[in-house]
Amino acid sequence: MVPRVVPGVGVAVTEPHRFSFMGRWLVGLLWLMVSPWVAAATLPVDKVDMLYHRYEGGGMLIDGPSVLVRKSIGPQVSVSGQYYVDSVSAASVDVLATASEYKEERTELTAGVDYLYERSILSLGYTNSTENDYEANTVYFSVSQEFFGGMSTITLGYANGWDEVRQRGNDSFEEDADRRNYQLGLSQVITTNSLIGFDFEVVTDEGFLQNPYRQNRFVDPNDPTSFQYQPERYPETRTSYSLATRALYYLPYRASIRAEYRYFSDTWGIDSSTYELAYVHALSPRWTVEGKARYYDQDQADFYSDLYAFENSQTHLARDKEMSSFSGITLGGGLVYEWKQTSLPGISRLQASLLVDWLDFEYDNFRDVTAPGNFLPGEEPLYSFDAFVTRASLILEY
Amino acid sequence: MMRTLKAGLPVLTIVLALLATSGCSDIKPWVKPYERDKLADPVMSLSRHGNADAYMHHVYQSRESSRGSEGGSGGGCGCN
Repeated sequence: MVPRVVPGVGVAVTEPHRFSFMGRWLVGLLWLMVSPWVAAATLPVDKVDMLYHRYEGGGMLIDGPSVLVRKSIGPQVSVSGQYYVDSVSAASVDVLATASEYKEERTELTAGVDYLYERSILSLGYTNSTENDYEANTVYFSVSQEFFGGMSTITLGYANGWDEVRQRGNDSFEEDADRRNYQLGLSQVITTNSLIGFDFEVVTDEGFLQNPYRQNRFVDPNDPTSFQYQPERYPETRTSYSLATRALYYLPYRASIRAEYRYFSDTWGIDSSTYELAYVHALSPRWTVEGKARYYDQDQADFYSDLYAFENSQTHLARDKEMSSFSGITLGGGLVYEWKQTSLPGISRLQASLLVDWLDFEYDNFRDVTAPGNFLPGEEPLYSFDAFVTRASLILEY
Repeated sequence: MMRTLKAGLPVLTIVLALLATSGCSDIKPWVKPYERDKLADPVMSLSRHGNADAYMHHVYQSRESSRGSEGGSGGGCGCN
């Protein structure tokens, strides 16, 4: 995230909702990286996983590489390391409202180790993420146990994150945020061509959970624009629960269909539902195409307002659009080439993928103050934006 | 809704405990390891794209308030 000081204007915000999500992302990454996602009681396969990612939309351009290397050491231990970069060029509505465009870079390093013991896998991971005004460290531990003839797998995970928040242009500013994640997952084979999964996760945050650059606005009849900005003020604690269920079904031909639902609720009053449907279709033994549709719907935080009636009108103040009521749609598609038992020296399997997603967000009570025209405060058009996400991936197993 | 979730937690725990102890019951695993070829097909993986899948969680988490239970565990055949 990188807020910048903009002379004469104040400071800018960064990539949307950056602070509280950074640790979540790290935990999610570790969850994927160190947990056995194909089958418990089998060490993850040795591989190099290379990714180029690009997000473009809503005034933001974020791209960069990611490289993961995994190698087993003997029959019971597998180690992994990952390097990830986000190069950000930001001119989002949040930035343009109170500051001006900026560029920044975030670098992330991860190390993990998995240990296979009978029908269990113990995983440990550490991630460090660095920006010029933000640093996040996360430690993750999980145990995954297979039972019931291999038809069931339970995974328990715990993560602890320590974030350090700074502010460019204000050397005396330094705040902390701590985070704990508790994860419980169950994967269950139902028939020879279907399986289901359940995930439950509790996350608790404590500390400085807002963005030091973001502001909210209040009515001020004496100001030429009829409103003014003030710094946002979030609660210092937050606890959230999420419960997800997903099902996969192998069709009579070589193809699969997947359905997912997730419910989310937190102590800030935010509730959300996520629905996703996906289809994977084999064109040939090596080529597959896939498509997906996702719908997301969220209620606002209790303390959110697009426009407060007067300055400091309540204890907690937030005008982040991520705290508002909104919905989002994703439509995505991709092409995958998979080559098993390759003739390439040292490579046992190759997978190359190109995936493109289109995202569209429509806000119910977040207004676009940058819209051209003369509007009274609170009567500006509602904000919306769309974005394209492109992922080019090459996985080499050896 | 938070109350509902809190109330549901003990139920979930009981269900999982029953599943964990099911080895003592008369219910035997009904999908044998040699019957899991379809489940082992990459088209049945919940995280086939590795880092590319993790990246999408990153995209959503920075634009939505929800977090957690993104998945990533599970899928595949559970056979070895």
